[in-house]
Amino acid sequence: MSLTIDDVRHVANLARLALDADQLERLRDQLGRILEYAEQVSEVATDDVPPTSHPYPLRNVWRADEPRPSLDPDAARATGPAIEDGRFRVPRIIEEDA
Amino acid sequence: MSAIEQATAYEAVIGLEVHVELSTATKMFCGCAIDFGGEPNSRTCPVCLGQPGSLPVPNATAIEFAIRLGLALDCEVIDSSQFHRKNYFYPDMPKNYQISQYDVAICERGHLELEVDGEARRIGIHRVHMEEDTGKTLHVGTSGRIHGADYSLVDYNRAGIPLLEVVSEPDLRSAAEAQAYLSELRAIVLTLGISDAKLEEGSMRCDANVSLRPRGATAYGTRVEVKNLNSVRSLGRAVAYEIGRQTGVLDDGVEVVQETRHWDEDAGRTSTLRAKEEVFDYRYFPDPDLVAVEPAADWVARLGKELPELPSATRARLRSAGLAAHQAASLVSTGLAPVFEDAVAAGAPADDAVKWLTNEVLGWSNEQGVESGAVALSGADLAALVAMVSDGTLSTKLARQVLDGVLAGEGTPAVVARDRGLEQVSDASELERMVDEAIAAQPAAADRVRSGNHKAIGALVGAVMKASRGQANPALVNELLRDRLISGA
Repeated sequence: MSLTIDDVRHVANLARLALDADQLERLRDQLGRILEYAEQVSEVATDDVPPTSHPYPLRNVWRADEPRPSLDPDAARATGPAIEDGRFRVPRIIEEDA
Repeated sequence: MSAIEQATAYEAVIGLEVHVELSTATKMFCGCAIDFGGEPNSRTCPVCLGQPGSLPVPNATAIEFAIRLGLALDCEVIDSSQFHRKNYFYPDMPKNYQISQYDVAICERGHLELEVDGEARRIGIHRVHMEEDTGKTLHVGTSGRIHGADYSLVDYNRAGIPLLEVVSEPDLRSAAEAQAYLSELRAIVLTLGISDAKLEEGSMRCDANVSLRPRGATAYGTRVEVKNLNSVRSLGRAVAYEIGRQTGVLDDGVEVVQETRHWDEDAGRTSTLRAKEEVFDYRYFPDPDLVAVEPAADWVARLGKELPELPSATRARLRSAGLAAHQAASLVSTGLAPVFEDAVAAGAPADDAVKWLTNEVLGWSNEQGVESGAVALSGADLAALVAMVSDGTLSTKLARQVLDGVLAGEGTPAVVARDRGLEQVSDASELERMVDEAIAAQPAAADRVRSGNHKAIGALVGAVMKASRGQANPALVNELLRDRLISGA
């Protein structure tokens, strides 16, 4: 499976990676080889093998609607880099000119 | 072209996406409690914060609620569906994805029957899928909105609360139909008891997709998604505004831009929130932590049998009991139907019961800002009140005051009437004393009545009513005055 430079740029944008032209070219090659490797599966997967998203034949693993203790709020907040008024502080989400 | 011709040159095509926050005790995939208010980020855990190594497990009650809503909307309950990850960079989810359903939903292909302006309409339900709510973001900056904010603050107490998204087919054709659909869906959700469905508070949220096409065309026009609709009224205003705006755009020979627009309730208009170029690539994929949902057929059948009577059936039953369509609709949409039925069962005439509920009780709940379905009035109270009016214990005017007391929690109508001293005075000697005082105080009026001007009696009745602070029985007062002043009466 061959990737275009636009494919790589799109995926890089989704991953919020800023790549230069050399990096895009190099990653196109590397990602292409990873996809080729994964494509080997199609050589063995036949029509009588249903698509699988889980390795175990499990279904309906549910829990009863019963509350359990939450984390201590300070412990929960300790996982974030900046806190204000008990809330996680995050940088501007949409740029002004958007 | 006249304004009316312009307005009818296009047909509006509207579809609604409605999110319903479920009133389970815990979140969708973890045991964090669901509650209102409280300290920010006090109801989170490694699962809803998306910490490495945590494992989400679906809430069985949320799945049951999803199936019940699907059945109430005549959907097929799908024998095998799964959860997907919807990936995006936005800090309202700490995981960088929201767990949702993608290719197959738990319930699909249903419909909702409406009656709009006397016309029966069947609106298709595309699907009902399960997902989790996001955290609440607070945008800090002059605008208070996401645009132009300096930074944002996030509270994850809401992140992970179970949501159902109900997606209609684009079968709605007017603002009135959209409003009727949302009201009916809300009534069904309330009847099922799966959510408190408060649009103003966000436990029920509605986005509208609106497009126009030339009347008679079958292809769809370019659609615009409208957000921030916080009431049935907002939905109606926003859809009407969008139809008008798009009509203007098309009449100018310009194409409608596909975009998401924000409804501004105060300004009464929509504005661009984000354009099509920003349409996200969510990279949905099956969540490897969550296995297939395959509800057993016998369980689904039992849930179907156990569904409560739905609003449409209640309305039909009330109408067959003699109520007009608008009365039945009003009682059902306000949640007052059970009070009505209990009152009738307790002996109140249907006409009286519905009149008191739709005029006085609804008026009171609007005034007080109390949810009409939550008023503290039993059917027995209402029946007692109606009986006190018909047997003359209370005038209609006094009965309204008694009702105020009952609704304010002061007790049964008899208790309120006694405690507030509102019982109508029908005691003959008491009334005779008041009548004699009125005649003595207004000899001229009395003379006019004696000389044949019977209408003049009204001034004397009024004087007695005033002296008794409205508590005298007006029919008896009238009778006593006639006895005294009109010979041969």
